[in-house]
Amino acid sequence: MDTPLAAHAQDLSLVHEGGRIALDAISFSVRAGERVAIIGPSGAGKTTLLQLCTTALRQSSGTLALLGEDPWALGAGARRRLRRRIGLIHQSPPLPPRQRVVTAVLAGRLGAWSLSRALASLAYPADVEGARAALARVDLSDRVYDRCDRLSGGQAQRVGIARVLYQQPELILADEPVSALDPALSNYTVSVLVDEARVRNVTLIASLHAVDLALAHFPRVIGLRDGRVAFDLPTAAVDEARLESLYAQEGVLPVQGRELTLPRVRTPRAVRCN
Amino acid sequence: MQLSAAAPLPARRDPAALPRLALTLLALAALWPALRITEFNPAVLFEPGNADTMARFLRQFVPPATAPDFLRLVGRSTLETLAIANVGIALAFLIAFPLSLLTSNALSKSAIGPARDWRARRALRYPGRALLIFLRGIPELVWALLFVRAVGLGPTAGVLALAITYGGMLGKVYAEIYESSATQPARALMQAGAGRLQAFFYGVLPVALPEMVSYTVYRWECAVRASVIMGFVGAGGLGQQLELSMRMLNGAEACTILLTFLLLVLLADAVSALFRRWLA
Repeated sequence: MDTPLAAHAQDLSLVHEGGRIALDAISFSVRAGERVAIIGPSGAGKTTLLQLCTTALRQSSGTLALLGEDPWALGAGARRRLRRRIGLIHQSPPLPPRQRVVTAVLAGRLGAWSLSRALASLAYPADVEGARAALARVDLSDRVYDRCDRLSGGQAQRVGIARVLYQQPELILADEPVSALDPALSNYTVSVLVDEARVRNVTLIASLHAVDLALAHFPRVIGLRDGRVAFDLPTAAVDEARLESLYAQEGVLPVQGRELTLPRVRTPRAVRCN
Repeated sequence: MQLSAAAPLPARRDPAALPRLALTLLALAALWPALRITEFNPAVLFEPGNADTMARFLRQFVPPATAPDFLRLVGRSTLETLAIANVGIALAFLIAFPLSLLTSNALSKSAIGPARDWRARRALRYPGRALLIFLRGIPELVWALLFVRAVGLGPTAGVLALAITYGGMLGKVYAEIYESSATQPARALMQAGAGRLQAFFYGVLPVALPEMVSYTVYRWECAVRASVIMGFVGAGGLGQQLELSMRMLNGAEACTILLTFLLLVLLADAVSALFRRWLA
């Protein structure tokens, strides 16, 4: 094989402590530089799969190689170096409320920084320009010095994305990265992520709730249902019948914007969230 | 009313009354042996000899002693008490902070996954916890007695005693604060390759800081009171002066010192409240 694999799963299973099977012997591989969307009804195992890929969880059985390495066969030091190269965009961004946006973004590169540089950066931000540039990608460069608890849910989610962009990982995983954004902003933000991945030749695996977003922006789609791969196809080959059977139990195809029944109101710039 | 007519009427008497009465009687019954063991007998206070001694002592309280020399001495002792509390808390923090980092489960990298060796790594935290228990398990008064013998009478003994006991208390509470505050930020950073300390300063501290400061200020308030008590066993400060005056049955001096002490505690209370309001 010419291109190295960013992720390679073989019979990957995860059984939760209570005995519930979240992932049932799934296999797939993602080449370096590929952009893959994961769709499926809620409870299908999308988040679990991403958590395995970011080494937040360890599989019950099967193998998973990330950037060519088995994270759980590595020593603690080597695993930490591997983790630096993998970035996760969380569904709800893990930002401390009292932290400033600039610090939250710079924290993305803590894995590459020495402790002394990290501490010095708390006294005076080490790389304001870098943080501003990452925030500019998600249209938030004017909020550099705001506290995180002064952001709306959607803005916080975009700060989370800016942090991972600033981390410059080789593998970006995104767990419903636009769940708190309105349709227009969702479209824009997903296209930023996909562009960023393409320009930097970074692998991107994103789980998405909205099927139309996945089909519009990603060249490859993996459909998950009940912890198994229902289909794994180039976007062009994903037809209505496959989508309908994927979401058969739900009865509706989740499409962005459709869930919004209330008239949208623009979020004021300085709303306190707490 | 008509709607409830079919349903059984609620009991006329409060159904909780009987259990409540039983519980009260039970509590009193449990207290009785304790009163016997402590030989508690208020009548002793009013026996002629005892009452006289007390009355004589208390009568001397007014007016309080105001001789300039004595006031200067009280002033110096007050400063000494404050200094004991401040230095004691500062040293306690130096003991508590590293131990809290070592013993808290909030900064466990091996819990992510979890990694194969997480049980072994968790076991590594127990010696630190045992040390914290040992430090705070022995009351500061006992440490003070010990140090007065080791380093002699004076504030040094008080400072060392405070540093040890309060170090143990602060360490345990800090570790618990880290665990009880939102752990997601720190975990996310460690998942992206950050080290334990980096994750602490960027993920835990911003969440836990207000609670840590609030608890530390409260402990400082306790340290002011404790340093007065430790003075009785010779560990310097206001307490030592009070003990001297009490032993001489000099009520006027005791009164001045007690009033000063009261002021000091009020002051500590106000400072502590100010800090907490500023943080809220």
